Amino acid sequence: MTGLMMVVVLFLAVFAAAQIMRIYELSVKVRQEEEYVVTDKDNSNQGRLMLLFGIGLIVAFFWMVAAWDKLALPKPASLHGVQIDQLWDISMGLIVVMFLIVQPILFWFAYKYRGKKGNKAIFYAHNDKLEFAWTIVPAIALAVLIIYGLTTWSNTMNPTTDDEPMVVEVYAQQFKWTARYAGEDNTLGYANVRLIQGANTLGVDTNHVNSGDDFIATEIHLPVGKPVVFKFRSQDVIHSAYFPHFRAQMNCVPGMETHFQFTPTVTTAEMRQDPNVIGKVERINAIRSAKGLELYEYDYILLCNKICGSAHYNMQMNVIVETQAEYDAWVKEQKTISETL
Amino acid sequence: MASHDHANDHAHDHDHEHHVENFWTKYIFSQDHKMIGKQFLITGMFMGIVGVFMSMLFRLQLAWPDQKFAILETFLGKWAPEGQMDPNMYLALVTIHGTIMVFFVLTAGLSGTFSNLLIPLQIGARDMASGFLNMLSYWFFAASSVIMLVSLFVETGPASGGWTIYPPLSALPQAMPGSGTGMTLWLVSMTLFIAGSLLGSLNYIVTIINLRTKGMAMTRLPLTIWAFLVTAILGVLSFPVLLSAALLLMFDRLLGTSFYLSDIMVAGEMLHNEGGSPVLYEHLFWFLGHPEVYIILLPALGITSEVIATNARKPIFGYRAMIGSILAIAFLSFIVWGHHMFITGMNPFLGSVFTFTTLLIAIPSAVKAFNYITTLWKGNLQFTPAMLFSVGLVSTFVAGGLTGIILGDSALDINVHDTYFVVAHFHIVMGLSAIFGMFAGVYHWFPKMYRRMMNKTLGYWHFWLTFVSAYGVFFPMHFTGLAGLPRRYYSNAEFPIFDELQDINVIISMFAILGGIAQLIFIFNFFYSMWRGPKAPQNPWKSNTLEWTTPVEHIHGNWPGALPEVHRWAYDYSKPGYDEDFVPQTTPLKDGEVAH
Ligand code: HEM
Ligand SMILES: [Cu+2]
Ligand SMILES: [Cu+2]
Repeated sequence: MTGLMMVVVLFLAVFAAAQIMRIYELSVKVRQEEEYVVTDKDNSNQGRLMLLFGIGLIVAFFWMVAAWDKLALPKPASLHGVQIDQLWDISMGLIVVMFLIVQPILFWFAYKYRGKKGNKAIFYAHNDKLEFAWTIVPAIALAVLIIYGLTTWSNTMNPTTDDEPMVVEVYAQQFKWTARYAGEDNTLGYANVRLIQGANTLGVDTNHVNSGDDFIATEIHLPVGKPVVFKFRSQDVIHSAYFPHFRAQMNCVPGMETHFQFTPTVTTAEMRQDPNVIGKVERINAIRSAKGLELYEYDYILLCNKICGSAHYNMQMNVIVETQAEYDAWVKEQKTISETL
Repeated sequence: MASHDHANDHAHDHDHEHHVENFWTKYIFSQDHKMIGKQFLITGMFMGIVGVFMSMLFRLQLAWPDQKFAILETFLGKWAPEGQMDPNMYLALVTIHGTIMVFFVLTAGLSGTFSNLLIPLQIGARDMASGFLNMLSYWFFAASSVIMLVSLFVETGPASGGWTIYPPLSALPQAMPGSGTGMTLWLVSMTLFIAGSLLGSLNYIVTIINLRTKGMAMTRLPLTIWAFLVTAILGVLSFPVLLSAALLLMFDRLLGTSFYLSDIMVAGEMLHNEGGSPVLYEHLFWFLGHPEVYIILLPALGITSEVIATNARKPIFGYRAMIGSILAIAFLSFIVWGHHMFITGMNPFLGSVFTFTTLLIAIPSAVKAFNYITTLWKGNLQFTPAMLFSVGLVSTFVAGGLTGIILGDSALDINVHDTYFVVAHFHIVMGLSAIFGMFAGVYHWFPKMYRRMMNKTLGYWHFWLTFVSAYGVFFPMHFTGLAGLPRRYYSNAEFPIFDELQDINVIISMFAILGGIAQLIFIFNFFYSMWRGPKAPQNPWKSNTLEWTTPVEHIHGNWPGALPEVHRWAYDYSKPGYDEDFVPQTTPLKDGEVAH
C-alpha cells in the first residue's frame, strides 16, 4: 500500500513539475526570448557563482585541513616510515600549492571573462614558448619527485641493516590472522596448506628441521629497534597485511610467499604517551562512553586491506612493540610447535 | 575524391531503403548512427540511475550503520532483514556500482553515445563505415546490460568481489556467496560487453580514417574526434586482454583449470589446483584497467575541448599540443598498469619502472589543464549549462590529477593503497570529470539529438547542486583515507581508531543524497525537453563544426545534398577580419587569409 502511495505521489510530483515548467515557458514566450539563449544577466550571475564557488572551495579546503588534520595517522613507528612521511610531506606540499594556484586561476578567469554582448574574445591560438614552459616546468618538478621517490622506495624495499632481521610469518585466512615465529634458529620450518590437519592449522611440516622451535601466536610482539622481516602466506583468497602505523603493507597471496621488512622504533607504551595519540584516545573515548561502549586503549594494529569476503571489515590483530626484556619474557611463555603438535 | 563519390552512392542506397522503414527498423534495430547514439545514451542513463542509487544505499549503511532503514528492506529484501544490510550485500552493491559506473555508464554510455552521434556528423560522413556492425555493437551492449541487471536477482546475490574481481575470491563460490551464479553472470555480461565495445571501436577507427569529407585533414579534425579515435584505439588494444582474463577465470571456475589458483584451502575444503597465480590475473586485468580510465576520460576531455572553445568564443589554445598530449597519454597509459600492483609482491625494481612511467603522465595532463585555462583567458565566456560542466571538469581534473602524483609514487602508495584516499582520487579525476564531460555533451548536443532545446534554468540548478555535492562527497574522503580507513569495509565499528571518522561519513552521505536527488532535475529536464522543449535552431551555440550544418530534422545520410567541403580547422572563433565571432569549417578562406 505504501508502495502504491509512493508511486502516486511521485507521479503527481512529476506532473506538477511539468505544469510549472509550462507556465514558466509561457511566461518566457511572453517576454519574447528563447529560454535557452544565454543572456548577459545569465553570464554575469553564473560568472559570479563561479567566483563564489572558487572562494568557497578554498575556504572549505582550509577548514577541512584545520578540522580534520588531527584525524590522520600519528607519527610513524618505524625507521623507513619517517622517510616515507618526509616524502609525503614534500609531495603533498607541492600538490597543495599547485591546487591553491590553479583552482583560483580557473575560477577567477571564469568570473573575469564572463561574456558580455559586444565583447569580443581575442584570437589566440597558440604560443610555443608558453607551451614549452608548461611542459618543462612540470617535467623538472616531476624529475625531482621521481628521484626522491625512487630512493625512498628502494630504501624501504631493500633495507640494509647490521643485525640479521627476525623472521615472523603472518598467515592470512578468511577472516583472521595468525603469526608464526621462527624461534631460536630464526628460520621458519617448511609449511604448505596441503599439510593442514587437525590442530596443525597452518600446515607446518612438523618433521622439517627448522619447524620444531617455531611458535604460533595470536598477537604480534616485536622488540623495539630490531629489524623484522614478515613473510606472508594466505590460505584461501588474497588478503593484504596493512600495518598503517608502521607505513607498511603487503598482499598475502595464496600459492606464493611475499615479504616486507621494517624496524619498529617506538614502543606501544611510548606511543601511548604521544600528545597526538593522547588527544585521539580522548576524543575516541568521549564518543565511546557516550555510546556506552568499552573504553579504548591505543594499540598498533594489523588490518586486512584487500577485499576477502563478508567479514573483511573485521580481520585484525594487535601488534605490540616492547623492550627487548619484555619481549624475551613474552617469548618464554610461548609453547613451541614441537611442544604443541 | 574517391570516398566522396562513394558517399554519394551511399545516399542513393538510402533513398531506396526509406520506403521500407518501419517502427522496428527506425527505433529498435536501427542502423542509423544518430539513433544508435541515442540508444546508447538512454541505456547508459538507465544504468547510471541504477548505479547511483546503489551508491546511495551503501552510503546509508556507512553513515548510519546501527540504524535500520525500511527502504533497504524494500529494495534488498532478504539481504536487509528488518532494514539492516547484510555485509555480503554491501560488497555486492559496491561491486555492481563500480562495474556499472565504469563500464556501462562511462564507457558505453559516454563513448558509445558521442562517438556514434558525432563521428559521422563532425567528419562529414553519411554514416558509420558499417551500420550493421554498429547496430550489433549496441545490441551486445544492451544484452550485457540486461544480464548484469538479471544477476542482481539470483539467489546467492550478484558478484561481490569488487569491480576488479580478483581471483581466488571471485573464482571460488565457497569463498563468498556472490562468487556463485552472480559471478558467472558477471563474466558472461562482460564478455558480451567487450564484444560490443570492440565492434564499436573498430567501426569508429575505420570511419574516422576513411570517411572524412573533402578537406577534412587530420589536422583539421575537431578535438572530439581525436579523442574518440584514440579512445577507440585504446579499447581495441586493451579490451581483448580483459576478455582473455575473463575467459581464463571462467575456465578456472567451470572447468577446473588452475590459471589463477594454487594451494588453496577454502571453507575447510582442500582444492586440487596447483601452479596458478592470482598475480597473473592482476596483470591482465590492469593491462586493460589502466587504459580503461583513459577510455573513460579522453572522450570527456574531447567534449570539453569543443564546448570550452565554442563557449569561450575563442580557439582552443594549443591545438597541436592538445593532440600531442592525447597521444602521449594514450601511449603512456599502456605502460603504467603496475601502479595498481606495487604491493602485490612484485619485484621492487619493476615497481620503480612503473613509478617512473606513471609520474610521466602528469606532464601531458598538466599541458591539457593549462591549455584549457588559457583558452578561458580573455574569452567572452557564454555560460551555457554545458560550459558550466566543462569548467567543472577542468576543476575536478586538476583536483583529482594532483593526488595521482602521490599514488603513482610507489613509496607513498604503500600506506594509502586501497584506502579511501584512493576512492577520493579516482572518483574525482575519473568519475567526476567523466560524468561532467558526459553532462556537458548532453546539454551541448541535445538539440542535435532531439531537435529541441533543454531548459537552461534547470540546467543551472542541476550543475550547481551536482558540483557542490560532488566535492562534498569526495573531498572529505581524502581525510578518512589519511586516517588509514580501508575501502570495501561494510562497517568501521570494529576498529575503535575509526570511531572519530563517523562525523565525516555522515557529511559525505548527506552530500551523496543531495547529489543523487539533484540528478532528478536532470532526468526531468531531459525527458520534458525531449517532448516539450522549444524547437532547436540549426546552430544554437554558433559553432563551427560540421554537425551544425545538417538540417534540424534528422535524415538518413545526414546532409540532403552533397557532402559539405571543409576549408579550415574547427576553431576559428573571433577571428579578426570577420564580423561574426565564428567561422564555420565550410567557409572558404578569404583571399590572403592565413589558416589559423
Ligand atoms: C553519487 C555518486 C557516487 C557516490 C556517493 C559514490 C560512492 C562510492 C563509494 C563510497 C564507494 C565504495 C568504496 C569502497 O568501499 O571501496 C564507491 C566505489 C566505486 N565507485 Fe562510486 N560513487 C559515486 C559515483 C561514482 C561514479 C560517477 C563513478 C564512475 C567512475 C564511480 C565509480 C566507482 C568505482 C569504480 C568504485 C569501486 C568499486 C569497487 O571497489 O569494486 N562512482 N563509490
Ligand atoms: Cu582479509
Ligand atoms: Cu592506473
